[in-house]
Amino acid sequence: MEQQTLIDYTLHLADNALVLGHRNSEWTGVGPILEQDIALSNIALDLIGQARNFYQYAARLSNGVGTGGVEVTEDTLAYLRDAWDYRNCLLVEQNNGDWAKTILRLFFFSTYQYYFYQRLQQSRDRELAAIAEKSYKEVTYHLRWSSEWVIRLGDGTEESRRRIKEALDQLWKFTGELFVPADYEKVLAEKGIAVDLAPLRSQWEERVGAVFQQAGLAKPATMWEQTGGKQGRHTEHLGYLLAEMQFLQRAYPGCEW
Amino acid sequence: MEDQNTQSRSSWPLWEIFIRSKQGLDHKHVGSLHAVDAAMAIENARDVYTRRMEGVSIWVVESKYVHASNPDEAASFYDPANDKVYRHPTFYQLPDELTHM
Repeated sequence: MEQQTLIDYTLHLADNALVLGHRNSEWTGVGPILEQDIALSNIALDLIGQARNFYQYAARLSNGVGTGGVEVTEDTLAYLRDAWDYRNCLLVEQNNGDWAKTILRLFFFSTYQYYFYQRLQQSRDRELAAIAEKSYKEVTYHLRWSSEWVIRLGDGTEESRRRIKEALDQLWKFTGELFVPADYEKVLAEKGIAVDLAPLRSQWEERVGAVFQQAGLAKPATMWEQTGGKQGRHTEHLGYLLAEMQFLQRAYPGCEW
Repeated sequence: MEDQNTQSRSSWPLWEIFIRSKQGLDHKHVGSLHAVDAAMAIENARDVYTRRMEGVSIWVVESKYVHASNPDEAASFYDPANDKVYRHPTFYQLPDELTHM
């Protein structure tokens, strides 16, 4: 039972990274300019790498508690679970939309991950702490890169400004969920394993506010929170994402290439 | 003026990228890329040219500031050096006590 909580938490972290990594990778080959295509693909690979580390750990934990003779691997966790098993936040599964929406989604989540990994490095679970340490450096760059783009778009042309404002309207309601802990987070936070999300919120708001000020963007006052992703209740977008990502393994089980 | 405007709207300026590797003392030219300003050029260079741990330092120079010699003048520029072997320092007699030369 206790192990299951840790597995749930680790999967939550893995799913966040995989789903956002996959979304970003959808730009590979169709980025607005070659250099930015590569930049976003690099970030996608960073995130998928983080996801792999978490999935491998979750798989070890799962096999440890016994899975009825079926071996759990990072691949079965990524390719053979359905949308309701995924515990990622709703923010990361939202459609790419245009460049502005993709950038803003990454900026919101990188800001969160930046402060999150900072704290997860102090986790009493040494495996999670080690993954956090490695990921923190990567996310520091993601935050820098996406911040500059938010400023460029907000402080750019009339069109770029209109687009980033539209993105803000679409994404803001999904930012609250980042700071609303699921049950597995509450239980593990008390034990010093999971990150206590409460103090993260003010750090996140301060950082987002500072970048928005440079970008000439106003932070919406209300923070209405659309939640459910951490418990497996997702928006309609995740199903399509998984259908594409999992197709090969579903159609040709065990296929390698 | 008008030309400049359409130019900036249709494409980002080109930048020449120089990378210093861990072992190297000098920045070496590695290629060029597009970016709207120097800050973005450095980030793009990081993403395009240091993905495989090639570098520890990046220089960027907007390509329009690089002036080149004219290939048509190669004959008058370079050929005259062909028969001036005495310009190489190998003709000097060095005292034995002189090392590190």
